[in-house]
Amino acid sequence: MLTQRKKLAWAVVVLAAFSCVVLFAGFFAPYDFAAQDREQPFAAPTGIHFVDARGAVHIRPFVYGPRDAGSGAASAAADSEQIFAIRWFVRGSPYKIAGVFTSRVHLFGVEKPARLFLMGSDGYGRDQFSRFLYGGQISLLAGLIAAVLSVSLGIVTGGVAGYYGGWIDDLLMRGGELFLALPWLYLLFAVRAALPLHISQWQVFLLLISVMGLIGWARPARLLRGVVLSAKERNFVLAARGFGASDAYLLRRHVLPQTYAVLLTQITLLVPQYVLAEVTLTFLGLGVGEPMPSWGALLSSLQQYSVLSSYWWMFLPALLMIPLFVVFYAAADALQELHKSVPL
Amino acid sequence: MGRIGLSRAYLVLLVAISCACSVAHGLALQAGEERMIADGALGHAGGRLVIALRSEPKTLNPALALDEPSRDVIRCMTADLIHINRGSLKTEPSLAKSWNVSRDGRQYTLRLRHGVRFSDGEPFNADDVIFSFQVYLDEKVDSSQRDLLVVGGKPITVVKVDDYAVRFELAQPYAAAERLFDSIAILPRHLLQSGYRAGGLAQEWSLSMPPSEFAGLGPFRLKEYVAGQRVVLERNPYYWKADRAGNQLPYLNEVVFLFVPSEDAQVIRFQSGDTDVLSRFSAENFAVLQKQQGVKGYHLDDLGAGLEYNFLFFNMNDLAANAPPEIAKKQAWFQDLRFRQAVSAAIDREGIVRLVYSGRATPIWDQVTPGNKLWLDEKIAHPARSLEHARQLLQAAGFSWKSDGALIDSHGNLVDFSILTSSSNAQRTKIATIVQDDLSQLGMTVQVVPLEFRAMVDRLLNTHNYEAAVMGLVSGDADPTSEMNVWLSSGETHLWHPRQEKPATPWESEMDRLMEQQLVTLDYAKRKSLYDRVQEIVAEELPVICLVSPNILVGAANRVGNFRPAILVPYALWNIEQLYVQ
Repeated sequence: MLTQRKKLAWAVVVLAAFSCVVLFAGFFAPYDFAAQDREQPFAAPTGIHFVDARGAVHIRPFVYGPRDAGSGAASAAADSEQIFAIRWFVRGSPYKIAGVFTSRVHLFGVEKPARLFLMGSDGYGRDQFSRFLYGGQISLLAGLIAAVLSVSLGIVTGGVAGYYGGWIDDLLMRGGELFLALPWLYLLFAVRAALPLHISQWQVFLLLISVMGLIGWARPARLLRGVVLSAKERNFVLAARGFGASDAYLLRRHVLPQTYAVLLTQITLLVPQYVLAEVTLTFLGLGVGEPMPSWGALLSSLQQYSVLSSYWWMFLPALLMIPLFVVFYAAADALQELHKSVPL
Repeated sequence: MGRIGLSRAYLVLLVAISCACSVAHGLALQAGEERMIADGALGHAGGRLVIALRSEPKTLNPALALDEPSRDVIRCMTADLIHINRGSLKTEPSLAKSWNVSRDGRQYTLRLRHGVRFSDGEPFNADDVIFSFQVYLDEKVDSSQRDLLVVGGKPITVVKVDDYAVRFELAQPYAAAERLFDSIAILPRHLLQSGYRAGGLAQEWSLSMPPSEFAGLGPFRLKEYVAGQRVVLERNPYYWKADRAGNQLPYLNEVVFLFVPSEDAQVIRFQSGDTDVLSRFSAENFAVLQKQQGVKGYHLDDLGAGLEYNFLFFNMNDLAANAPPEIAKKQAWFQDLRFRQAVSAAIDREGIVRLVYSGRATPIWDQVTPGNKLWLDEKIAHPARSLEHARQLLQAAGFSWKSDGALIDSHGNLVDFSILTSSSNAQRTKIATIVQDDLSQLGMTVQVVPLEFRAMVDRLLNTHNYEAAVMGLVSGDADPTSEMNVWLSSGETHLWHPRQEKPATPWESEMDRLMEQQLVTLDYAKRKSLYDRVQEIVAEELPVICLVSPNILVGAANRVGNFRPAILVPYALWNIEQLYVQ
């Protein structure tokens, strides 16, 4: 009991911390997500050093400056003479906090002309680390909203189907099965092709969310129908009904509270699934367009053999997503265990 | 007596040897056969070459083939009358051993090679030529070659002089007339005439027909087609070319075309030695292959700038009333020369070369690339990128900037537009993304919209429902006549404003005049000065903003001899009859 609670607490803390970093990506990222350094396409992650070429130890970690600003191809080569210490709270490119306040302060950075590519740079010389953080804003938010959306739809349809039963149940559940059976990918391609050329990034984002949320309602609906079905047969519910409680009262007071834990577990499980769905959709060209980053956009460059075989750091975003998803699933796991031990 | 017996024995022996040769390696020279001697290093007979195609050929019918894989295979199976040598870019005799031009430049008399036979052994003569041109010029057949063969609005007429001479009559003098014949495959009348009479050629020579139904004058003939896997060609034992030592060509016994659907997969197959020749691949993959060049048994060639030019252009069509009003509104910017100049000045062409092509490309400012040395106008200025200059131009054109840096026009409208690219071409999408970033520094909001290629072309040429696009064109030939369709205001591929009734601007009407004039001028120096002026107009008026010309990249296994890639299509296999394996 305690260990599950602890597990959940840890998971929540980690997720909250990560969300915080992603939410304030402008502050934590050293560069703007669209800033190109055309001298350094596909630069390997910048080496961070404590000991310089002469063997002197530095307290501040530092990076080496670029060897020659003119020769673009030599992106990995660094000048071992010029040393640039990594500084905290540096002024850099402007960004917006919560879409309102403008700030120029970044958590860390190095002076120009040196560059700090923690996760290397992409084909346009853009900082992968900054793009990963900014991309998280889109991917995680899309995952969260879509999960809430599909679970809300699920509770309405599943609740109604489970509570009223009969032909309503049949209609809704068979409809849900139809939804599960549709070839969604091709439908999505058709939808994207039918849309006008000029749709803004926000519209694409909303489209992504609504598509994922609307497609995904059937599974949670089936689950919640089962929960409602067993909940409405419980003795205290039957007793309340016997005393003349209305349907609305019963649903609100007795039935829906019993689905609470299942709902939470479902959302925690669905968020990483929908983040992955965003990755898939963007990978197929249905996501947000350049230069906006999303995790799917970051991974889609791996489609090319030359990138796949030559630049290992392009895999880093994928590697970073794995522990994040593990935490999500740990949270879902803990929630489910807790829910089992909660006396209904 | 004894000596005669001996010589007779000799004769028998010789016949036996030549028969053995005919089984093992083609047929001995027939009386009266005029073989063409090809230059190039001597090779040895035998072996096979494996090449990957991006997709299955749609047809092996030369009159119907539009896709590159079909043409690649057909090129190995057919021959033309006069050929452009890919190495020298000059014309050379092919099935026509010689030709002469009448003084007014309107009549070409071609003398055909004697004793040539199709790959099924049937003889070739003037009737086959007459038949082939009848097919290509037939509007019902709708061949892509027909456009080339209409000169001055009238189709070329073909007259048989005798069995081995043909006269072509043109409605007007035509500067590059002999280049027209290149790649126009001569068809076997004995196989195709009945099908053609019965109802056109649409049913003829699809891949599903048995190999015995095919015959051509090329170095190879069809041996086998396995749907979804490969086309196998075998050497044509009747081929009419020989090497300097008199050995009949081609050297190779077999050419195998595998269907490998993506560029990456082709690169991997080449890297692992499954295929012998690779062309049409990206600079990134060139870099990947380069790493193992010494270890694996292949070598790579960067031939420098080819004839492909990539450019950005804006929608300058007269929009129909039903067109989206926002596009019409934006055309006020697009039609302002200063706006186009500002865009051109702001684009970092060097950056495109570096980021998109890893340095294996050349920045360009007009449509003729440095690869086309005969026609390049050296006087065209190459202004360096200047955001400062771009801002001045925009200011002069009435644009201004809001406090957040966004560009607005004189009516206060935000300057935003979308750039179409083909989603199947990663390079052009990348170019558009770089242009997007460059123009954002001028305060313009640009969206990159990758579309499926045919959907994009439909918008560009038919519905005109677009704002700007990044495209590339590859000339089939170095000569400007191959570009008539692009630069004439009435042309189908006059991309920014195709099929005009009469030229919309004074500079377009000047361009029309220059293009028409160079077409009928026979003197190279005069034509060059006319075409130089066309290049100047393109660079000054910027109907298309030329950006970059990628290098031609090819690779071949070390065991392939006589490999001499060229900057004209087909880059690697143009001398396939001379390729051999060591």
